[in-house]
Amino acid sequence: MSESNRNSPSTPNRATAHPAGRSMRALLRSRTACVGLGLVLLHLAVAALAPLLTSASPTANVPDDALLGPGSDHWLGTDALGRDVLTRVLYGGQYALAVSFAATACAVALGTVLGCATALKGGRTDGALMRVLDAVLAIPPILALLVVVTVLGAGPLVIVLAVTLVYTPQVVRVVRAAALGVAPLDYVTAARARGERTLPILLREVLPNIVHVVAVEFAMRASWVVLLISSLSFLGFGADPPTPDWGLMISENRTAMVVLPWATLAPIIALATLVVGLNLSADGLSRLWNVDRSEEAS
Amino acid sequence: MLLYTCRRLVSAVLTVFLSAVLVFAAVQLLPGDVATQVLGQDATPEAVAALRDQMDLNRPAAVRFLDWIAGAVRGDFGISPVSGEPVADLLWPHLRNTMLIAVSTVAVAVTSSVVLGVVAGLYRDRWPDTLISALTLIGMSIPEFVMATLLVLLLSITVPVLPAVVLDEATAPVADLLPAVVLPTIALSVVMTAYIVRMTRTSVIDVMASEFVTTARLKGLSTPRVVVRHALPSALLPTLNVIAMNVAWLVGGVAVVENVFNYPGIGQLMLESVHNRDLPVLQAIAVISALVYVLCNLAADLGAMALNPRLRTGGGSRR
Repeated sequence: MSESNRNSPSTPNRATAHPAGRSMRALLRSRTACVGLGLVLLHLAVAALAPLLTSASPTANVPDDALLGPGSDHWLGTDALGRDVLTRVLYGGQYALAVSFAATACAVALGTVLGCATALKGGRTDGALMRVLDAVLAIPPILALLVVVTVLGAGPLVIVLAVTLVYTPQVVRVVRAAALGVAPLDYVTAARARGERTLPILLREVLPNIVHVVAVEFAMRASWVVLLISSLSFLGFGADPPTPDWGLMISENRTAMVVLPWATLAPIIALATLVVGLNLSADGLSRLWNVDRSEEAS
Repeated sequence: MLLYTCRRLVSAVLTVFLSAVLVFAAVQLLPGDVATQVLGQDATPEAVAALRDQMDLNRPAAVRFLDWIAGAVRGDFGISPVSGEPVADLLWPHLRNTMLIAVSTVAVAVTSSVVLGVVAGLYRDRWPDTLISALTLIGMSIPEFVMATLLVLLLSITVPVLPAVVLDEATAPVADLLPAVVLPTIALSVVMTAYIVRMTRTSVIDVMASEFVTTARLKGLSTPRVVVRHALPSALLPTLNVIAMNVAWLVGGVAVVENVFNYPGIGQLMLESVHNRDLPVLQAIAVISALVYVLCNLAADLGAMALNPRLRTGGGSRR
């Protein structure tokens, strides 16, 4: 890649499409996006600062304190093993957030690269890849996840890998559709005419113009991944038992739901607010940047 | 029309075949020997060798795959190494039970989401729309197992009208299972409705702004007639696809919800097979799920073509 191309007119429709180029003010004006991103940031902050917010241990068993109702010592009561529910809820986001964000980042990154590349390449490669991805899409995510976990054994790394495998095809579809809209535009043709190779075209011409689609896709996908991973924990294939995790807490405490509703309701509320936050972010951002979301049926 | 239908059919068959290849490859070719996987790490070498023999693992994977797919086409998925029964015998009763939930969920979710979506679209940005959008957001954000758990608390424990846990065998008569179908159906319908409503709302808003609806209005037709006769058929077109996509989700969602209620369906069989490392059963479930998904998408595409004159390209076999 020669130096002169650095200044090529790569982003003509900056005003409508380039998120980084737009001021924070537009973002702050969208109430939906603000509330959504606020909720997600709140969850990230609580997960990161959990040890500062509470002095209790999320995993230590205190049999004498088992199944207490809400009180001054334990604001939300304790579970069957005498662990403080509030403490476990505060710590509970760590596993879900870490695994979900890692998996979403992998799926979105891989999907973006594949989606852009296949849209630019077109022809037979594109047709063949889409066929294979259709075949992957036909297998339900949770089943694919369970098969991978059965064969490779549970563990955060395996789950990240499996979720990446399951959700990359959906990201490819969305990104490919967006890239196909950009590919026939003049500045891409110009770059091709200059004799640039596919990778630089992809990075400098196509990607900056679909960043907004990728950002919305990230928020949307993250909400699906959080739900999927919590389902996996609920079924007993995600987080391992002493780990504080919302999905796991719901499955542990639901038998005592009548006696101690808060032990189940608190992790439910935490999980739901995180997903609401991600959905609101996706909604707000897509309205802000006029992203067409009809490709995101699932 | 005919040509398009044929092309679509061929591509559907190809997709199912590719899915089968992927599933087979994932189960058979991933690190670790299938016989060891089934028996666990501390099985004796003799036991592993015997099972390898029984499962024909000493033949090349490609040959085994062709054998397996040839059997699968005839409804024979081999023998479960865990229970010793034919996989098909395990599969069909569970599949029948899951179909009970799936069919009722699709019926409830599609009806309610079309009604709610049309209401939200017609009352755009007024209170019914705001209310429906808020409920939709909540429905999308609560995992189906949570919805199921809350329903149990509400309708089985607080007001005990419906069973919280199913004790029937997989082969129980349909009539015995019916009361147990209600709660899973509600739990899944809420989530599925939430996703479909969004699409219906958007497309109702688009269609109501279109020229042919304005024409119909200017002709002096009443609003109900404009909505039902003119707008709805076009507005439902994009929704068809979303419904088909949701069926793929439904197969997964069913698994989790069945677990909450201990309902003897395909999801329960799936989790049991994961626990027992019963890979042939998992393989069969995956292929059947893929088949269901592809068939739904095919139906949606052909349905959309039948409803939309602009998609009927190539030949005037139908006006």
